[in-house]
Amino acid sequence: MTALLGTPVRGPTALGDSPARFARLTWTLAVTQFKLKFYGSALGYLWQLMRPLMLFGVLYVVFNLALNLGKGEMYFPVQLLLGVVLYTFVVEAVGSAVNSVVERENLVRKIEFPRMAIPAAAVLTAAFNLGLNLVVVTIFGVIQGVPVHVGLLEVPLLLLVLVAFTLGISLLVAALYVRFRDIKPITDVFLQVLFYATPILYPLATLPANLRPWFMLNPFAIVVQQARHAVIDPTGLSPFALGAGAQICGAVAIVVVLCTLGYRVFRRMAPQMAEEL
Amino acid sequence: MVAPAPAVVVDGLHKSFRLPHERVHTLKERVLHPLRRTSHENFRALSPLSFSVAEGEFFGIVGRNGSGKSTLLKCLAGIYHADGGQAWIRGRLSTFIELGVGFNMDLAARDNIVINGVMLGLSPREARRHVDEVIDFAGLQQFTDLKVKNYSSGMLVRLGFSVLIHVDADVLLIDEVLAVGDAQFQQKCHDQFTSIRRAGKTVLLVTHDMSAVERYCDRALLLERGEMTMLGDPHEVGMNYLQVNFEQERDPGETPLPAPERGRYGDRRAEILRTWCEDAGGRPATALAHGEPCALCAEALFREDVDDALFGFNLHSSEDHNVLAASTEQLAASEVSHFRAGERVTFRVRFDNLLAAGRYEVTPAIARGGAWIDRRERFGSVVVTSTRGTDAVVDLPYEVTLQRSATAPEVVT
Repeated sequence: MTALLGTPVRGPTALGDSPARFARLTWTLAVTQFKLKFYGSALGYLWQLMRPLMLFGVLYVVFNLALNLGKGEMYFPVQLLLGVVLYTFVVEAVGSAVNSVVERENLVRKIEFPRMAIPAAAVLTAAFNLGLNLVVVTIFGVIQGVPVHVGLLEVPLLLLVLVAFTLGISLLVAALYVRFRDIKPITDVFLQVLFYATPILYPLATLPANLRPWFMLNPFAIVVQQARHAVIDPTGLSPFALGAGAQICGAVAIVVVLCTLGYRVFRRMAPQMAEEL
Repeated sequence: MVAPAPAVVVDGLHKSFRLPHERVHTLKERVLHPLRRTSHENFRALSPLSFSVAEGEFFGIVGRNGSGKSTLLKCLAGIYHADGGQAWIRGRLSTFIELGVGFNMDLAARDNIVINGVMLGLSPREARRHVDEVIDFAGLQQFTDLKVKNYSSGMLVRLGFSVLIHVDADVLLIDEVLAVGDAQFQQKCHDQFTSIRRAGKTVLLVTHDMSAVERYCDRALLLERGEMTMLGDPHEVGMNYLQVNFEQERDPGETPLPAPERGRYGDRRAEILRTWCEDAGGRPATALAHGEPCALCAEALFREDVDDALFGFNLHSSEDHNVLAASTEQLAASEVSHFRAGERVTFRVRFDNLLAAGRYEVTPAIARGGAWIDRRERFGSVVVTSTRGTDAVVDLPYEVTLQRSATAPEVVT
């Protein structure tokens, strides 16, 4: 009998009934957002490049030329730019994911919509920008004469870890923000701390040797440092050459926990989101 | 023959909302007042509810504000999580709670059609394939590349409706969209509804608009405080809705409402006792001759003191056209105020009988402030006789002329 009746209504969920629909919606949302961001501005996409480039310019002038933090590092400007671009990705993704569900309220409250597609789309939009920014880093690297290394092959894996780390945080904060509005300032502070806890504007080598392993508890620091080691300067410090095995395991655990926690919290809160908004 | 399986089945669906007395929104408040959150009440939005809707049926859901109709729709649409019970929907479902969800004001119609289509369940490829049809249907060919924010609200509705129709859903859930916009705009919506209906889709429509319910719905459901109070004929549901709508304005101390009687509505502070027709000479008649003056009459007895009563008649033809709506609206206020308990009133509408031949049914009614005091549907009937035959609703007096121009002019010598 029930087979005759078709599918029972399951109510709202994080992922929805159909993975294909989830993917389509995430993609459509992300592409629209990406298109809209610079819609109507004369220089369009150039502004997207300006942001990391300006931050890079300031950091380069102040910390490298004035304070000379990058002394002894090969291709430090490229290293700095790469770090800034990766950090920009995290800021954009998490920063737009936090209030994404609240902002896209009408999708949650007016149609049947897999809720997780909303923060996932925010991360995907940031990933599009990251892709284009990495093109700029590459051009900059070629201009600076950075040779091509086998280490380039590590890049997809590093990006995967980066996306997992970012997605985990994004899902967690997006879900919590629906109920607790102070997640937003907490997130802002966290992103600030992340910037200084990661060797972006100062090379890892400037830290005392006994402190270096502890920085590797930060998954983002591992990604940034290893990316620099693999792509720009194989003679630079690799996180895996610091004798920081325990800390790296800890960082991996943090990524796994963040992803699981983010997913589970979001899934748990998804059915009630339409009422809580 | 096996009856086709219903398109929508709802079995014991219910839903409550937690209404915290003081909403805790920040962590600080939570830390400072850890116990406060326990203070909340459960608001039962929807009591266990069961019904089914047949395939191709146009099903109305009516009720006052807060009666749970939108909650019901949202539970069916998968927007709210029902607390218990189950619902099944057969076929592709499309929800239309707001016009053009996901419409982006900065994008052109073309992009928005694709986005909205994908939101409503199409694949991007399907959505792109439908773009031209959607635009044609909405009649917006000249405005394809205009940003949607420059559209008028009427154009937006047309676009939204058009996408909805082209989603090819089998079951449509529609909430209250008729309530927005000007008259022309609502007419557009009505036209769209007629075409949806003709396409044989199953529709669940939530609305306050009783005329829409009577016009389109095959059946209707009346909700009151989350409970189903009536399910059936849209006209009766509509009448009952109007009654519950005003019931709350009565004091609890007043006389209780009389037992419901089929085709009779109102609180009966006055009762219509009888109705009849009078011919040109003022004599009661059961048949009226076309072209003669005549009158509709009714007698009422007031049970309680009533200020400002409105008396009126409707006359329905056998094809169910409402051919006359007359009331005491134009009379001076002094004539229709201060009726005393025990007072007998005869009200009479005189008119020249221009009706086509046939049987007509008389509905007398007394109302006050939009609520029925007593309305007795099809309480009396009368036959109109005529020497002329016509298939028009009314037989208006006319004069006919024929003007012919000479095709072959005479030769003047």
